[in-house]
Amino acid sequence: MRHGSYRFVASFLAIPLALYAIFVISPFVQAFYYSLTDWTGISPEFNFVGFDNFQTLARDAVFRQALGHNLILLIGLPLITIFLALVFAYLLNVGGRANAAGVQGVRGNGFYKLAFFLPQVLSVPVIAVIWATVMTSTDTGLLNSFTKAIGLGTSEYLADPNIALYCVMWVLIWGSVGFYLVLFNAAMSGIPKDIFEAAIIDGAGRFATFYRITLPLLWDTIQTSWVYLAILALDAYALVAVMTAGPGGPDNSTQVMGLQIADNGFQYGRAGYASAMGVVLFFLTLIIAAVMLRATRRDRIEY
Amino acid sequence: MTVPVQIDVEETSAKPAPAIRPAGGKDRAFSPVNVFSHTVLIAWSVLVVVPFAWALLASLKSTGEIFGDNPWALPKDLLWSNFSRAWDKGVGDYLFNSAVVVAGGVFGTMLFGSMVAYVLARYEFPGNRFIYYLFAAGMMFPTFLAIVPLFFVVKGFGMVSTYQGLILVYIAYSLPFTVFFMHAFFRTLPTSIAEAALVDGASHATTFFRVMLPMAKPGLISVGIFNVLGQFNQFVLPSFLSPEKPVLSQGIATLLGSQRYENEWGILFAALTIAMVPVIAVYLVFYRQVQAGLTGATLK
Repeated sequence: MRHGSYRFVASFLAIPLALYAIFVISPFVQAFYYSLTDWTGISPEFNFVGFDNFQTLARDAVFRQALGHNLILLIGLPLITIFLALVFAYLLNVGGRANAAGVQGVRGNGFYKLAFFLPQVLSVPVIAVIWATVMTSTDTGLLNSFTKAIGLGTSEYLADPNIALYCVMWVLIWGSVGFYLVLFNAAMSGIPKDIFEAAIIDGAGRFATFYRITLPLLWDTIQTSWVYLAILALDAYALVAVMTAGPGGPDNSTQVMGLQIADNGFQYGRAGYASAMGVVLFFLTLIIAAVMLRATRRDRIEY
Repeated sequence: MTVPVQIDVEETSAKPAPAIRPAGGKDRAFSPVNVFSHTVLIAWSVLVVVPFAWALLASLKSTGEIFGDNPWALPKDLLWSNFSRAWDKGVGDYLFNSAVVVAGGVFGTMLFGSMVAYVLARYEFPGNRFIYYLFAAGMMFPTFLAIVPLFFVVKGFGMVSTYQGLILVYIAYSLPFTVFFMHAFFRTLPTSIAEAALVDGASHATTFFRVMLPMAKPGLISVGIFNVLGQFNQFVLPSFLSPEKPVLSQGIATLLGSQRYENEWGILFAALTIAMVPVIAVYLVFYRQVQAGLTGATLK
C-alpha cells in the first residue's frame, strides 16, 4: 500500500459511510432500543418497560392475524411463483423443436421475456391501482365482465374477506413470475447443451430431463429465489396499503405486519410498540433466511 | 410430456414475436410440445399485458365508459382532458418532485456508491471486509423494519417533506446494491492501467475519476438504470418521510383513495399513464441492461 493511500481511502469512505450509518444502521439499532420502551413517538419522554411490548404483542389479536396472513403469503408466494417461473423458463429453453441439431428454445424467446418482466419495472402503487380497479367488486369491472361472459359468474374479490388475501397474493405472484423467469432462464442457458443432448440420446423424455438434470443444476438459484420471495412475503406492505380498503381489507382480511407497524407507529402513537413489531419482523427474516439456506442445502454441482 | 392441445397452428405462427434469431435450418411442422409451449407462454403474456392495455385505454374514457358493459369498448370521444385535469390535480407537481428527487438521488448514489465500491475492491486496509458485509447486509432486510425510527431521524434533521431529506435517504438505501454491484465490476477491471496512472504521478483520486470511472461505464449504466427505476418507483420511504411533498407513486395511491369519493376514474387512469409511460419507455430501450441489472444482484 502506497504512502498516502489511507488518507485517500478514508476520504472516499467518509461521506457514504456517514449517510449509511445515520439513515440505515442507526434506525435499525434504534428500533431495538425503542422496542423496550413505551415511547409514543410524540412526547420526548419515555420509560423502559423491558419486554412488556413483546408480551403485549403475543396477545395482540390483530397482530397475530397479520402474522398469520404473512405466513400464508410466505408459503404460497414462493411455491407458486417458483413453480410457474420454472415451467415458463423450461418451455422457453427446450419447448422448441427437438431434432438432430439438438433441443432448441422456442422462437420469440426475447419477446416473452420482455413481456413477462414488465410488471417488475413499474411501481407497486401503479400495479396496485390497476389490479384494484381490474378486480372491482361491481359487476362491470374488467375481471367480472370477463368471468360473466364465460359463464363463471361474478365475485367481489378484494371486498370479499374470504378471498381478499388470495387476490393480493395473486398480484404478488403475477408481478414476480417474470423476474424469476429471467433469472432461471439465465441459469438454464448456462447449462451446457450437450448434457441435454446426451440425456435425450439415452432416451430420457423431456420431463425426465427437467426433473433429473435441470432442477438439480438450478438448485442454488432456486434457493436464493426462495429467500427473496420469503422476504417479499413478509413485507407486502405497499401492495396491501394501496390495494385494499382500509387499508387492511374487510374484517382485517388483508392485514399484514407492515401495516400494523405503520398504524401503531404513526397513527396510534405507539412508536415503541411498533418498533417491537419491527424487531419481531427482523428476527423472522433472519430465521427464515437461515432455515431456508440450511434446509435446502445440497452439494453444489460443478459443470 | 405430450399434452393434447387444441390450438390451430395459424394462431401460433401469428404471434407478435419478433424473430430474435434468424431461422436456422428449415421450418419443420410444429410438434405438440412446441405448440403447447407457445400456448402457455402466450397465455401468460396476455395476462401480463392486458391489465396495462386496459388502463391505457381507460385513460381516454369517461367513468361511465370505463365501467360500462363492455370494458374494451372504444371511447365515444377521446377524453384528452383527463390528462390535463390529472395534471392540474397535482400530477404535474408530483412528477416534478419525483424528477428532482430521482436526479439528486441517483447522482449521489452513483458517485458515493462507486467511490465505496472502488476503495473496497482495490485497496487493502483493516476493516475492508467488515464494511463490505455491513453494506451487503443492508440488502437483506425490508426497509420497513426501521421505518418508525427512520422517520424520527429525518425529523431530527428537520428534513421531513424536503427534497434534501428524501435524496439523502434514497442514497443511503440505494448504496448497498450499488456498492455490491460495482464492487464486483471493479474487480474485473485490469489493475495495470491504474498502476500506470499512479506511477505517472496521478493522485489516487485523479486515477479514480479520470481512469477507472470511465472504464467502468458499462457497469455504471446498468446500475444507474436500476437506480433510476428503483428510486422513481420508491413508495414506502416517501409515503412516510415526505407526506407534504408527494412523489408520483405516492400521488397515484392518493388519487386512488380520492376517486372512491369523487368517482372520476378517467383522471386516475390518465395519472397512471403519465406514471407508466416514461418507465415503460426506459424499459423498452434498455431492457437487456434492466433485466441483467435486476437479476444480477440476486445471482451473485
